[in-house]
Amino acid sequence: LSATPEIPKEDGRPKWDNKFQYILSCIGFAVGLGNVWRFPYLCQIHGGGAFLIPYFIALLFEGIPLLHLELALGQCLRKGSIGAWNTISPYLGGVGVGSWVVSVLVSLYYNTVLTWVMWYFINSFQEPLPWSVCPLNENRTGFNEECYESTAVNYFWYRKTLNITPDISESGTLQWWLILCLATCWAIVYLCTIRGIETTGKAIYVTAIFPYLVLTIFLIQGLTLPGATDGLIYLFTPNLNTLKNPRVWLDAATQIFFSLSLAFGGLIAFASYNPTKNDCEKDAVTVAIVNSMTSLYASIPVFSVLGFKATTAYWDCLDRNIISITNEFDLPEESIMRQNYTSWISFLNSSYPEKIAGLKLKSCNLQEFLDQSVSGTGLAFIVFTQAIILMPGSQAWAILFFIMLFSLGLSSMFGNIEGVFTPLLELRIISKSAPKELLSGIICLISFLIALCFTLGSGSYWIDIFDRYAGSVPLLVIAFFEVIGVAYIYKIKRFSKDVEWMTGRKLNLYWHSTWRFISPLLLLIVFMAFVTLQMQKPPSYTAWNPKYEGFPMKEEKVYPPWVQAICVLLAALPCVCVPLVALFHLVKQKRRSKDPSFVPPEVFSCQGVNS
Amino acid sequence: YAWDANEEYLFKAMVAFAMRRYSSKSTTQISNVLLCNVTDRVSFWFVVTDSSKNVTTVPGSEVEAAIRMNRNRINSAFLLSDKTLQFLKITSTLSPPVEPSTPVWLIVFGVVLCLIVAGIVLLIVSGIQKHKKKNKESTERENLEEKVEVTLENGIPCEALDLKAGHINGVYAADDERFTSL
Repeated sequence: LSATPEIPKEDGRPKWDNKFQYILSCIGFAVGLGNVWRFPYLCQIHGGGAFLIPYFIALLFEGIPLLHLELALGQCLRKGSIGAWNTISPYLGGVGVGSWVVSVLVSLYYNTVLTWVMWYFINSFQEPLPWSVCPLNENRTGFNEECYESTAVNYFWYRKTLNITPDISESGTLQWWLILCLATCWAIVYLCTIRGIETTGKAIYVTAIFPYLVLTIFLIQGLTLPGATDGLIYLFTPNLNTLKNPRVWLDAATQIFFSLSLAFGGLIAFASYNPTKNDCEKDAVTVAIVNSMTSLYASIPVFSVLGFKATTAYWDCLDRNIISITNEFDLPEESIMRQNYTSWISFLNSSYPEKIAGLKLKSCNLQEFLDQSVSGTGLAFIVFTQAIILMPGSQAWAILFFIMLFSLGLSSMFGNIEGVFTPLLELRIISKSAPKELLSGIICLISFLIALCFTLGSGSYWIDIFDRYAGSVPLLVIAFFEVIGVAYIYKIKRFSKDVEWMTGRKLNLYWHSTWRFISPLLLLIVFMAFVTLQMQKPPSYTAWNPKYEGFPMKEEKVYPPWVQAICVLLAALPCVCVPLVALFHLVKQKRRSKDPSFVPPEVFSCQGVNS
Repeated sequence: YAWDANEEYLFKAMVAFAMRRYSSKSTTQISNVLLCNVTDRVSFWFVVTDSSKNVTTVPGSEVEAAIRMNRNRINSAFLLSDKTLQFLKITSTLSPPVEPSTPVWLIVFGVVLCLIVAGIVLLIVSGIQKHKKKNKESTERENLEEKVEVTLENGIPCEALDLKAGHINGVYAADDERFTSL
């Protein structure tokens, strides 16, 4: 097959229908559940508007350089993570294997979170919403005790959805309703990734754009709710003193890193389907900025709704106190209103202190309600669902909210699955004549079977473990080796020539300095600080135990040794791939160098692929 | 509405009604119900006397049972609910939430699952069809190439005959000259 030098060789690799699809897929992968339920929480506990300073610094020196690196790598080498790193240097093949292992582990548990979202979604079609009322006890004189002590939303989440066991060592039984939802979720993932990017490219138009629509609707609705402004002021009031705490900087760095979904191999896979002459520099900056803007944009409706919820809780607290006081003193109805409550209380306290003390009134403080910050699944399934009950037309809001969460998670799942699928396709695990649909089907089926473990009673504890150990430390390690590998083993001069050939522009000083020094250094510092912080106390978890004295507070428990061993295994497995593969290749090289007919492989270059 | 003597009268009537229904004696009169200690909060104590037994009060448990039986009638007479009209020491039995025969979520789940399975089947079938078409096309192309080769393969390709392997026969060239001498 002869071709003129201008036309690139057709290698039969699938490609994106258009550039927009590619950008949208990267954005969808980066924008996930964490943008909605982790960023606003961090903003809140780390001094509101002041958190944006370390956040943007981390974005500039860590996020954008690493993102550009991955996209440029994938685009130049046109292979998935394992193939790409093997091509850069066989000693670095372990980096690709490590990212592949992390993608597998994360895909397993991430889809279970989507299962919970789906369960709530299909339960949102009822009137009244099932998490708004407590079920009755046997003789119908009162409510179910567990529900009564905590709240109806807590009960629905811990009992009706998870059916959680009080301890991680008690596995409980498989929850059939969760199995059904899990099967549905994996079927949806299979449907969308059945032919790789041909199908995800079409699905991404919906799953990446729809969340923005819903966020806008929630924004408009949220701003009209009473108490929304309190929540927003509370969120954005900068408290510059928090910047003195190194914990804030660490959280900002880790948030940017995990939010951009770096080191999963998915971004490399996405970029590998691009034509080589594509401006990856502009793409990287675009994706990173859109991701951060989305986080900011999402925090506004979240905090409006949280402010509304805090205000409503405050009013409820006041009303309860008012009722008890009116009953006690036999005052006429509506003599004490919320506005004159404080003056009444001070008056009564001075005249009848014993009676007031006898009533055991809870002190109602709006600030206290605003301070109750939650992140993660607690935000979505407990706090937000409670706020939704209070809104008029709650079914519609619940349905919209859960579809939005589902789309956000699904678009991130595409990236994860792509990170698993593309390297396997290249490794030719199944024969070339077998259709792609078979490979994706096998991946989805095996993942579904393994993920059944997460539908046990103790499943949510295991998901926390996976999230904390498999989805955090290994990524930092892999990213560190990625930067070091490209900057010092592949050599930055070669790489900058490749990038120049692809984008048509010379690399400026910003990229050189960050790739060579700043990003690796930053990653090293973040990694050490992260590990040190984890080591400071024995790994523990909070368990939902109805028999605990402090119920409804969650019980603090320590992981048993066998669970701790699994945690270490999860964190170490992807990291250990890097030295193992290097060692394996070293041994192979030594054996091969004794063979006289051995010819060393030629030096690879990005432009060499196409000329 | 404001609480005045008329409302008190209605209350007495309702309690008497409740006692009549409960004990199915038609002897309780409105005058048998006595209110005392009425406060601005609108809270008061009341007793029911039994005129047939020498002005003694009916035991509290009977009154409680009577009111419990007719609670919703009393509530609706005053346009109030269990929460707004409280009888201390009478706990209300709560009504369970309405449960449809098939849980709604199963229906929604069924719809979603059917859609997804339909989508998967569609995609797989179209993929198989495309695969078959591609296979058919590639086998057709292979057959075509073979035929082309057969026509060329008469031992030596035609073009090669003209340029390389052929000799120009001098006898025929000389014949041509003879014919054109006219």
